[in-house]
Amino acid sequence: MAKETKTLNLNFGPQHPAAHGVLRLILQLDGEIVEKADPHIGLLHRGTEKLIENKTYTQAVPYFDRLDYVAPMNQEHAFALAIEKILKIEVPIRAQYIRVMFCEIGRILSHILNVTTQAMDVGALTPTLWGFEEREILMGFYEKVSGSRLHANYFRAGGVHQDLPKGLDKEIGKFCERFPKIINDLELLLTDNRIFKQRNVDIGVVSKQDALDYSFSGVMLRGSGVPWDLRKSQPYDCYEQFEFKIPVGKNGDCYDRYLCRIEEMKESVNIINQCLANLPVGPIKTDDGKISPPPKKEIKQSMEALIHHFKLYTEGYRVDKDEIYTAVEAPKGEFGVYLISDGSSKPYKCKIRAPGFSHLQAMDYLIKGHMLADVPAVLGSMDIVFGEVDR
Amino acid sequence: MQNIQDLEKILNSELNTKIKSSLIKHNQIYLKIDETDLTEVILFLKANSKTKFRQLIDITAVDFPENEVRFKLVYLLLSHEFNQRIIIEIDVKEKEIVGSITSIFPAANWMEREVFDMYGIDFKDHPDLRRILTDYGFEGHPLRKDFPLTGHNEVRYSHETKKVIYEPVKLEQNYRNFDYESPWEGTKYIKEQTKE
Repeated sequence: MAKETKTLNLNFGPQHPAAHGVLRLILQLDGEIVEKADPHIGLLHRGTEKLIENKTYTQAVPYFDRLDYVAPMNQEHAFALAIEKILKIEVPIRAQYIRVMFCEIGRILSHILNVTTQAMDVGALTPTLWGFEEREILMGFYEKVSGSRLHANYFRAGGVHQDLPKGLDKEIGKFCERFPKIINDLELLLTDNRIFKQRNVDIGVVSKQDALDYSFSGVMLRGSGVPWDLRKSQPYDCYEQFEFKIPVGKNGDCYDRYLCRIEEMKESVNIINQCLANLPVGPIKTDDGKISPPPKKEIKQSMEALIHHFKLYTEGYRVDKDEIYTAVEAPKGEFGVYLISDGSSKPYKCKIRAPGFSHLQAMDYLIKGHMLADVPAVLGSMDIVFGEVDR
Repeated sequence: MQNIQDLEKILNSELNTKIKSSLIKHNQIYLKIDETDLTEVILFLKANSKTKFRQLIDITAVDFPENEVRFKLVYLLLSHEFNQRIIIEIDVKEKEIVGSITSIFPAANWMEREVFDMYGIDFKDHPDLRRILTDYGFEGHPLRKDFPLTGHNEVRYSHETKKVIYEPVKLEQNYRNFDYESPWEGTKYIKEQTKE
């Protein structure tokens, strides 16, 4: 008598510690083998794009913090760049340096979270504890510069909101001296760890062609051996002034993606060090009174400054009629903003291109034929954050 | 790296009858085409060795409710080889059905689902056209300009029925949309309230 087999439908999430947020996965299982995965997303949908259409450009910035909430400033960057390109604003060089520095801090923030939680998903708890101590320090830098640990609202079209407080550059420098050792410690725990390798090597393999077809970007693309990084290929702000390497994987599996992230953190430290060594002095936002608010001191004395201040915080600045797509290399991949302005002070349309959306889409393709226990490993290596997937 | 002007020339000569207009702006090519040529143009852009737009970045739509042809569908493509971006636009009427490009780019699957969910544009031959971001059983298309910002329904836990229930949105204070373009005439909602 032939053995009767039955496929089992399993509902994974939306409340599951390994789902990295509110993912609901409908899995079709044959024994322990996944036959099909159907991700249901949108449980964190807040209608960011609709809200942005109803807010002025300045008011829209904080919404970008709430997308990928582990690396907020990288996304503000994309939005600021879009407006700057339309308005043709020159950003002062010091502001560019500060922005690059904080984007790299964001990258480290995101990669620490990802690498350590991925390790936790496959059974190692210690890296999370060690890594989160460092994240705490980095979020301290966020707080010192913007006033809040997570939702910074720091980048503006034309520069940044405020200059670095006194002594912050030295603190960041100290962190950069210490942090490579922490990466080493994490690597000692994971890179040659037998269990970690068993759970990650040859799991979730993506070929070069498929990575392109599924619109992968960032580490997901580089892990498969495509040397593509927007910081190098389409440099924005002052990225072309820095020397850094782009780590590229070979096999396109979860383990290679982990290695890429570790190497990228080292490169980020390298970029921050270069920023600190050559940090220019000067203004931190454009001096165009129609776009950036005047300093507090001037408001008390100058009529024009007072009017500018009032207009900027009620109506906001107007952006000429235009249409543009700008992208930045966020820690998770290509984060883009497709902006249509209509000459008023509110965007007519602001489409957010989140890297995680395309990555999660390929879940079915990645997990087919793998074991159920590989689902968290693959999910972890995709670096999914629901803030940006659901928008 | 291929020059963007050369690339535009190549596109115009190879696809001349299909292109309604092309434009270079912000170092990107903006292409306007007809809906009927969509799959052909995208397939050409992906496969041709002179263009190699092998990655679909995103698909989105824009709503212009006052236009007769209401929607504009936008396809963003990227060529790694030539380091170029292209933006393809097609005009779509309400209730018009657009050909799906999921057979060319598998990544288009969710992107088209999102456009369907947010704007209500249908795609022909899409393998799985369901809503994606909104709630199960949601009605309406949120990113259309005539969809209210506050939505129609709100959710709360009801102690009487011991379950989550949907109710029409009730706001303590109406959403205030200040008209900054002509501040001296007062905002619309205040005028409406004083009239009553």
